[in-house]
Amino acid sequence: MLTIKNLHASIEGTPILKGINLEVKPGEVHAIMGPNGSGKSTLASVLAGREEYEVTEGEVSFKGKNLLDLSPEDRAREGVFLAFQYPVEIPGVSSTNFLRTAVNQVREYRGLESLDAVKFLSIMKEKMKLVEIDQKLLSRSLNEGFSGGEKKRNEIFQMAMLEPTLSILDETDSGLDIDALRIVSNGVNQLKTSENATIVVTHYQRLLDYIVPDFVHVLYNGRIVKSGTKELALELEEKGYDWIKEEADAASV
Amino acid sequence: MSKDNQILEELTSKDYEHGWSVDMEVDEAATGLNEDIIKWISAKKEEPQWLLEWRLKAFKTWQEMKEPDWANVTYPKIDLQALKYYSAPKKSNKPKSLDEIDPELLQIYERLGISLNEQKKLQGIAVDAVLDSVSVGTTFKHTLSKLGIVFCSFSEAVKEHPELVKKYLGSVVPITDNYYAALNSAVFSDGSFCYIPAGVRCPMELSTYFRINAANTGQFERTLIVAEESSYVSYLEGCTAPQRDENQLHAAVVEIYAAKHAEVKYSTVQNWFPGDKNGKGGIYNFVTKRGICAGDYSKISWTQVETGSAVTWKYPSCILKGDHSIGEFYSVAVTNNYQQADTGTKMIHIGKNTKSRIVSKGISAGKSQNSYRGQVQVMKRATNARNFSQCDSLLMGDRCGAHTFPYIDIQNPTAKVEHEATTSKIGEDQLFYCNQRGIATEDAVALIVNGYAKEVLNQLPMEFAVEAQKLLALTLEGSVG
Repeated sequence: MLTIKNLHASIEGTPILKGINLEVKPGEVHAIMGPNGSGKSTLASVLAGREEYEVTEGEVSFKGKNLLDLSPEDRAREGVFLAFQYPVEIPGVSSTNFLRTAVNQVREYRGLESLDAVKFLSIMKEKMKLVEIDQKLLSRSLNEGFSGGEKKRNEIFQMAMLEPTLSILDETDSGLDIDALRIVSNGVNQLKTSENATIVVTHYQRLLDYIVPDFVHVLYNGRIVKSGTKELALELEEKGYDWIKEEADAASV
Repeated sequence: MSKDNQILEELTSKDYEHGWSVDMEVDEAATGLNEDIIKWISAKKEEPQWLLEWRLKAFKTWQEMKEPDWANVTYPKIDLQALKYYSAPKKSNKPKSLDEIDPELLQIYERLGISLNEQKKLQGIAVDAVLDSVSVGTTFKHTLSKLGIVFCSFSEAVKEHPELVKKYLGSVVPITDNYYAALNSAVFSDGSFCYIPAGVRCPMELSTYFRINAANTGQFERTLIVAEESSYVSYLEGCTAPQRDENQLHAAVVEIYAAKHAEVKYSTVQNWFPGDKNGKGGIYNFVTKRGICAGDYSKISWTQVETGSAVTWKYPSCILKGDHSIGEFYSVAVTNNYQQADTGTKMIHIGKNTKSRIVSKGISAGKSQNSYRGQVQVMKRATNARNFSQCDSLLMGDRCGAHTFPYIDIQNPTAKVEHEATTSKIGEDQLFYCNQRGIATEDAVALIVNGYAKEVLNQLPMEFAVEAQKLLALTLEGSVG
């Protein structure tokens, strides 16, 4: 579904990603871990099409299309979803109104008829249960005055509404208490099918207790320096990142 | 970046949607401004002697006045002698019903999206449409007259209700008020008149559409709204103007009088031609709008959505004379390209326990300049006066400007006056977030801007709010780059 080959990206001339290779197949969950500043969030942003990042080399294909050729909105319409680490606030625009605009633009792109208010609300009610989100919250301005947990739940709720094929969760666990973490993870797990895939970007292994990955990749200095299974995450939790850094630094000398 | 620039390029080169004019035979005054022209206009309109004298007095006053230059706007000096002060469609010969109105005229309105015929049937809105200088038709007159409500063109009011016109004309905005008000008083050609008798709640929104058609004609309309004791009316004003190279002056005067327990809601959606992307052409909108809450417990509420004009210079204001009276001002002013706006309000607290509320939302894009200028004045005997002002500015891009000029003058120590101001930018982050959810940039801008202006848009009657939302989106298309 997603093939990343030798991806290089920089911001304002500073290289951040220095040759990423990754293959994600339908039904898989990949975790991207790594120390601070290793390029995890950059990878998520580049895949979603953030303009500040310049792709200097490499290819990304998504469902057979060149992802890098697509505008951010077309990537989203093709099925790429990014759950933001810091969801933005949009004053005066209710979550409901925002999502209805989004869902209908995505549907239009996919050749589906737009949902009227009644249909939209009934689908919304269904999906709200997934992340135990309250309707009152959704009639408030998007993310304005939301707690950290509410923001993240709202991200997963949006994911449920947009039904992406590739979801990228960027540090979704940051700022969550244990209950919120459980609710959010539960939502993600319920949305998992054999057709879609998830990339979980995280610093800590605790999220992976809830969202169990098929593969774990360690990003360091703009490259994936180690890949493995769930056990790798546990090892990292126990030993920290230093031994990986040393290994990688030794290899690059 | 390049994609946004491309969108910007495409959309700023897009023509003004209402930019067309219809060749009609017109009956117009000779170019220039002098006593003879004023006499000619007055005679043309078969006006009574007192009105002619009032005009001439205004003209004398005006001649002694100087064009003001304190606003935060720049524009080439207007040659008032190069304008024509009266232009009327020739064929429009006092229509008695809509069926008698020149089809060509009606067609103009249909192109504007306001068909009188349709409006008559569909919306329950009474429309008094002003094309250049003559009011072409007033719908619903019959329904309204049963309630004793008068809603007609100004000229008609002069003929049919001279005592009312004489009593209230110039009572809120005197001829000596300011340069453009004096000019308007001397040369005004037509406008709307509205009278709500005591105890009557006007059952429908009253609406006027102004439109400037002829070249080089200043439009000087005069609106007078009188709400008697315990009455209520909601009044809508919408404006469009065809595209022209020369700037056209629009210097209107609106006066509102609210008696005891009366309430008047005045809403404007202004969409005059803003000039092209290089700042050429466009309307100068120099308007004096003022209401007086003359009676106790009366209320006047101004709501404006200003998207057009090359230069907008206006301050819809309230004089809170009656005790417990309330004044409100809700404004969204959008400027793009080279547009300039210096707008705001004045709240003059005279009576006891008077309250005012100001909510101003400025949006600047392109190379435009947007200023809020507001005055809150609490007079000596205005015990317990309250004011709340909120002035927000939204910037799009880094070549535009937003300015706030609040003036506060308190002469009574019991007054409570609050002023809040914020300035924000539409963030790349917000746009990217919307894009990431599948929303195109243009739609994202519309969504964010409408959210920002929501508090004001909510004040508009439903059908107007929808139009205003579309206008906001249209005005700002391509302004993110």
